[in-house]
Amino acid sequence: MTTRRLFLGACAGLALAPALAAMPRRPVRVGLTPVFLGDQHGLLADWRAYMEAKLQQPVVFVQRDSYRETMDLLRLEQIDFAWICDYPFVYLRKQVRLLAVPRFKGRPYYRAYLIVPARRLDVTSLLDLRNKIFAYADPYSNTGYLAPRYQLRQLGEDPGKFFKRTFFTYSHHSLIEAVADGLADGGSVDSYVWDALSKIRADITGRTRIVSQSPEYGFPPFVANHAVSAESFQSMQKMLLTMADDGAGKVLLERLDLDGFVVGDARNYQLVARMMREFGEE
Amino acid sequence: MPLRSLFNLSFRYKIPLWGSVLIVTTAVITSTALFLHSYDDVKRDMLRNATSQGQILAKTLVPVLLQDHVWQAYEIINAPLHGATRENAIQADTLLVLDAQRQVYVSTRPRRLPMLADFARRSGEYALVAASIAKMGDETSVISPVASDYLYVATPIMDEQTRLGTLIQIYSKKILWPRFIASAGQLSWVVLLVLAVLLPINWYWGQRTAMPLLRLTERMEQLGHGLPDELPAKIYDYEDELGRLFQAYNRTLQQLREKALIEGEIIHSERLVAIGRLAAGIAHEINNPLLGMLTSINTLRHHGAPDARTSKTLTLLERGLTQITETVAALLVEAKVNSRDFAPQDIDDVQTLIAPQANKRRVTVVWTAGLSEPVPLPSTLVRQVMINLILNAVQASEEGGGVEAAVALSGAVLLFEVVNGGRSLSDSQTEHLFEPFTNAGENGRGLGLWVCYQIVKQLGGAIAVDSTMAAGAGRTRFEVTLPFAAR
Repeated sequence: MTTRRLFLGACAGLALAPALAAMPRRPVRVGLTPVFLGDQHGLLADWRAYMEAKLQQPVVFVQRDSYRETMDLLRLEQIDFAWICDYPFVYLRKQVRLLAVPRFKGRPYYRAYLIVPARRLDVTSLLDLRNKIFAYADPYSNTGYLAPRYQLRQLGEDPGKFFKRTFFTYSHHSLIEAVADGLADGGSVDSYVWDALSKIRADITGRTRIVSQSPEYGFPPFVANHAVSAESFQSMQKMLLTMADDGAGKVLLERLDLDGFVVGDARNYQLVARMMREFGEE
Repeated sequence: MPLRSLFNLSFRYKIPLWGSVLIVTTAVITSTALFLHSYDDVKRDMLRNATSQGQILAKTLVPVLLQDHVWQAYEIINAPLHGATRENAIQADTLLVLDAQRQVYVSTRPRRLPMLADFARRSGEYALVAASIAKMGDETSVISPVASDYLYVATPIMDEQTRLGTLIQIYSKKILWPRFIASAGQLSWVVLLVLAVLLPINWYWGQRTAMPLLRLTERMEQLGHGLPDELPAKIYDYEDELGRLFQAYNRTLQQLREKALIEGEIIHSERLVAIGRLAAGIAHEINNPLLGMLTSINTLRHHGAPDARTSKTLTLLERGLTQITETVAALLVEAKVNSRDFAPQDIDDVQTLIAPQANKRRVTVVWTAGLSEPVPLPSTLVRQVMINLILNAVQASEEGGGVEAAVALSGAVLLFEVVNGGRSLSDSQTEHLFEPFTNAGENGRGLGLWVCYQIVKQLGGAIAVDSTMAAGAGRTRFEVTLPFAAR
């Protein structure tokens, strides 16, 4: 959203002012997508400060309203690194390099939750939502779009006609709210976001109910575009991988509801690639 | 009849009551009008806000609808529902966007008005609203279904000339009440304040108008039984009708008093005239046989050669008859005597004559004699009047007291005045003062003042008495005026 971007820009400007003299190099630009609870301004500011201290280089977070825009920025080399969903990663596999993957509940995986309004006890599976209103997160989201559509396809349904009406919220957080408010009869959401939100806003997640969980998918990874120098790639990767080893990094990871980062393995994303093939993409 | 008894009330209550009724009625009517006006104001205010808010939202919704961003539309229409405070309590109950087919595109209450629901079919009231929306133009319109608790503010969402949909803001009429009550509360305080000022003023003014009327009425009612008091001017000294009524009353009362006084004087003097006439008649009737009896005794004494015992009896008879003669003579005041004019020398004589009596009672007589030459009045009679009055004054004074005597000339009138202390005269004493034998005491037969009165009347003058009691000391003053023909 526009306001959010402006706000972050202002924060960045303030924090940069004294540091710039000591850090003459061009800033590292990191793209963020709503694969996590992206609207915690304090957390983002602290994380950025942490990165700057570690990299000895200014850092700029670049946020966009949709995954698509961040993907474009990566392709156009407008950003150096990005934390993107596994679906765009597979989609952009040839243009980006895997940098690091967060560990969530000890492992670099996450799932899709099928959620409905809490009072809709009659819904026991995705099939009960036939001819209902369904909320998707983003057209380039795995758990928020690809996964439920793939599941329908597996069940022999046409995802394009199964629901009466679908719409995109362009963020998992908003998707949870849309289902909680009853605007949508159901939605498919990132398990990591739902779990994180349930810790700080149980009043919202409490109004939703998880009907089913998908198989595990590789967790949304941090990627680097191809133009990033090896030196920059390594320092950024090192910074992420060692976050869990120092106090400040640990605190940030706790706030992010993550355990740490691992190098990651592109094979973890083969399931996504198969799902994409099912829809003729890749 | 209770109404009649209301009208029978004293002005003391009626005037303030009527005033109060008028004031309260005016206050009630005025405040009712203001209350209604205030309610309209609050409503108009709400509709104005709703209209401008609707227009802003509708404009914002255009690109959102064009791009079919349901969630963004939901966030936009939810925005006005957040951040409500007590001050801007006028907030829509529900906002919703209808698409061009009048289906719910999105609403702030998805459970009651879910997406894609046919708005008109959700309730009878909504059907009426939907019908109005179908007919409305490109301007915001307020739809107020009869007997509904809600107001609907419908704003078309226009992209150029194309109508994408309609934004509806649903307001509960109940939310007007807190605002209305707040402004009505202020108004009520003002009205109560005005009443708190006006009612006491009205009550005071009513009393001020009624009290003089009450006093006047009380006095008018007393008129039949005697002469009431005058109305003190301070009760009401204005020149309006009431004030003039007061003046008229006081004037009438004054005239009645004067008339009563004159009547009293006339009765008094007539009585004295009658007594005088009676006394004169009796005196004449007695005088003739008396003279005969005295002559007979005289004859018997000189020619009847009475013995010693008879002579003694004759002497007793003669003495008794002589006393009767003197008494009758005293009653019969005869002013037609030839006498020289009253001169300053006579005043000296009078002083000399009364001195022994005054000395006896150790009473000081202070003289003020303003006479330098004789005046054409019979000296014998004037001297007698003066002697009688001064001796009376000496007798009436306390021992060691003082008497003032004054003689003066005023044009062709001789003034004579005697003042003494001692006890003042009672009203009944004054009433019969100049009648014979009324003041008979240890020192006389009570004929002194009678004689004075007769003499003064016969000389065409006047005699007046004025006796007052002040600070424990009496002051009695006789005043004689004797006119004379100037030579």
